[in-house]
Amino acid sequence: MDAQGSHPIQVVLRDDTLERNRWTVAFRLILAIPLLIWWYLWTLGAVIALPVAWVWALIAGRLPDGLHNFYGAYVRFTSQLHGYMTFATDRYPPFDGSKDYALDVDIAPAAPQSRVKVLFRLLLALPPLILAGALIGGTGGGGGDFDGSRTTGDDGGGFGTLALTGGGALTVIAVLGWFACLARGAVPWGFRDFAVWAIGYGAQAGGYLVLLTDRYPNSMPALARPAGMPEHPVGATLEDDLRRSRLTVAFRLLLALPHVVWLTLWGIVALLAAIANWFATLFVGTSPAALHDFLAAYVRQRAHVLAFVLLAANPFPGFTGAPGSYPLDVQIAPPAPQHRGKTFFRIVLAIPAAWIASAIVWAAFVAAVGGWFASLVTGRMPRGLRDIGAFAVRYSAQLDAYAFLLTDRYPYTGPTLERRRTFLPPSHGGPSRDWQVAPEAM
Amino acid sequence: MRAPSARRLAAGAALLLLAGAAAWLGTRLWRTEVPGDLAPPPVDVDRTFGRAAVEEAESFAALLRVLALLGELTLVVTLALYAWRGARFARESAAGPIGTGFLLGMLGFAIVWLVQAPFLLVELWWLRRHDVTQIGYAEAVAADLAALGGRFLFVCLALLVAMGLARLLRRRWWLPASAVFVVVLAAYAFASPYLLVGLDDAGPRLRAETRRLADAQGLADAPRVSIMEVRELTSQPNAFAAGIGPSRRVVLFDTLAEDFPADQVRSVLAHEIAHLARDHIPKGIGWFALVVAPSALVVAVATRGRGGLGEPAAVPLALLVVTVLALLSAPLQNAASRRYEAEADWAALQSTRDPAALEGLHVGFTRVALADPDPPGWWHWWFGSHPTGAERVAMARAWAAGER
Repeated sequence: MDAQGSHPIQVVLRDDTLERNRWTVAFRLILAIPLLIWWYLWTLGAVIALPVAWVWALIAGRLPDGLHNFYGAYVRFTSQLHGYMTFATDRYPPFDGSKDYALDVDIAPAAPQSRVKVLFRLLLALPPLILAGALIGGTGGGGGDFDGSRTTGDDGGGFGTLALTGGGALTVIAVLGWFACLARGAVPWGFRDFAVWAIGYGAQAGGYLVLLTDRYPNSMPALARPAGMPEHPVGATLEDDLRRSRLTVAFRLLLALPHVVWLTLWGIVALLAAIANWFATLFVGTSPAALHDFLAAYVRQRAHVLAFVLLAANPFPGFTGAPGSYPLDVQIAPPAPQHRGKTFFRIVLAIPAAWIASAIVWAAFVAAVGGWFASLVTGRMPRGLRDIGAFAVRYSAQLDAYAFLLTDRYPYTGPTLERRRTFLPPSHGGPSRDWQVAPEAM
Repeated sequence: MRAPSARRLAAGAALLLLAGAAAWLGTRLWRTEVPGDLAPPPVDVDRTFGRAAVEEAESFAALLRVLALLGELTLVVTLALYAWRGARFARESAAGPIGTGFLLGMLGFAIVWLVQAPFLLVELWWLRRHDVTQIGYAEAVAADLAALGGRFLFVCLALLVAMGLARLLRRRWWLPASAVFVVVLAAYAFASPYLLVGLDDAGPRLRAETRRLADAQGLADAPRVSIMEVRELTSQPNAFAAGIGPSRRVVLFDTLAEDFPADQVRSVLAHEIAHLARDHIPKGIGWFALVVAPSALVVAVATRGRGGLGEPAAVPLALLVVTVLALLSAPLQNAASRRYEAEADWAALQSTRDPAALEGLHVGFTRVALADPDPPGWWHWWFGSHPTGAERVAMARAWAAGER
């Protein structure tokens, strides 16, 4: 998931601080009401002007500068609103969609567009809007599409609302983030990075819909420049050339059936082993090696199968969960001492992560549906859609490892597989060093 | 010329012994209670079933026969091509030999499904045109895909047994694998009634009828009888018996139980109970045992050139061999099936003593379900699992003549 390429609509995170004011966090939704009212009015204007913009772009082959600026500001404001409501930012955003805000959207100037793409824009925009809805969901303002990256651009909040938003992953993260911000006075790093990415993608989708560009939205998390994952006992590596076998893609879900049966049978034994592991870890303080290895193989096997189903990797997985046996592999560190309190309450503690995982996997599944069509036609999986799947696999594996007591480190929500290589200094009064090392020790 | 080793002699003797046991079992299984000297009278099909109904049924069945033949042809041709080139799909697997075998086995059936999909759609169009089914095209494709998923699981289980034993025992895998297959089939036959969904209680009248008929046929414990709701999917009347021992059950489609006269429903009930009373399901497993061992031996021999069935590259060829063997052995399996169906008819006549009901039932099948009462002989010989409508009416008349 290396950062490659760029997009005419890019979210830029200008303020990297993670600290949040507890007072404004506590009343964030109420504080956002004026913004929301303004946003709804602006959305109304955007919808009314859209047919004019469409006809103009169809005839002239580009959007006039006035409309381009109007929609650019609208997309920027929507992104900023979402950033504020999901705790990706802390300061109250301006009402004019100006660039002088912690979360900005860089939008390239109006440029000529393919008239064919303009003609079918509503239809073409539907898949990214659906994916934006799965990533973002209805966060108060109804945000649906954003383009996300630390340099991602448009927020598609309004257009996300137009486009089938529901309870997306960012909505879940925002709800949990509210508690985290209240408790710690700072937003978890992974939560913030996820929000920036999702908002950035929504901005790209929204900007595409309102004709700011004819470049198709790109969901590659690397575009949002997320920080690398902090040191974690469970990591993932991906070696994939994006090639997909059309035949195995066509029947992918059915081909996974033997694995589903096998995982169900294995899961029964794994559950018993996890119970034994809970007792052992609680009393000894460390997971016994035999149980650890057995459960680690199960976690890897689940990850391999999930990667196969989500089209994050091409080949048919094996049945043993052997390390290094699959292009999207999960590395699990040997047993290490675990905090007994975290062990005792492990099931309860795992619930928020399980909620996040379900939302992320759902978004990855939506991406996989789009990737399924693309792979069938081209024989290749789009990188952005593949990377969402890979991220979902990594997060799920970390959740599994946490739930099965292979580690007491909480899953990391940042949309990346990369490990953090160097210390990242915050740009403006960043969080404490401890917080950066363990950003989501919730 | 070298003298055969003692080991080879022992193996040959064991094979001869097995063949003898199989022949003995085959003769035992072949027997039925239908009198050997029964001489059914000729049936005037047009007069019995009605000329218009017969013509419509023949027209209806003709296209289905063509589609079925094309389906078999494409199946064999597709699998032959797959046997030739299919092993290359092994590169799409990160699994071990058996897992890769799973993938190759499933992909074989997936390709066959794709090739046969047009026939499925044409068949559905034909059934809908004749109001035999109300299933939509998308629904039918979804249902067929679900069935394909079931086939995937089945082929994986079969490959797990065969490839696992082949990797363990090398060339001698076929005999223990056959035994495992028979045990698996028996377990499935026992469990299948518990897997049925959409069943309703048959009501007190049919339950009482079932007890009476079971008693009349010497079945100590009357089987459970249920109604399956299929009306929203098809207008075809049908019924079946399932299970072994305590799991025995008779299931009537609602299109039969609710739309046909009571005496004809009783005739069907008696027929299905006869299947259970005469142990036709265990006997069917016996026939499977007779066929599966030599089939597995042929597969084992055929795949030696590709390193044996323990190697995934042999799986596409094994699929072809099994399919061809199933096609070739179909006349034998269907002949046995027809004998058991005839025996069930005979037992039903003995217990209901109502040949008019049996005759009326099959006339109804032709008129309502467009069942061809007199299909071409070659077709019936190869693919017919039940006696024809004309044959069943003839048996009813023969029984009635014997009673007079």
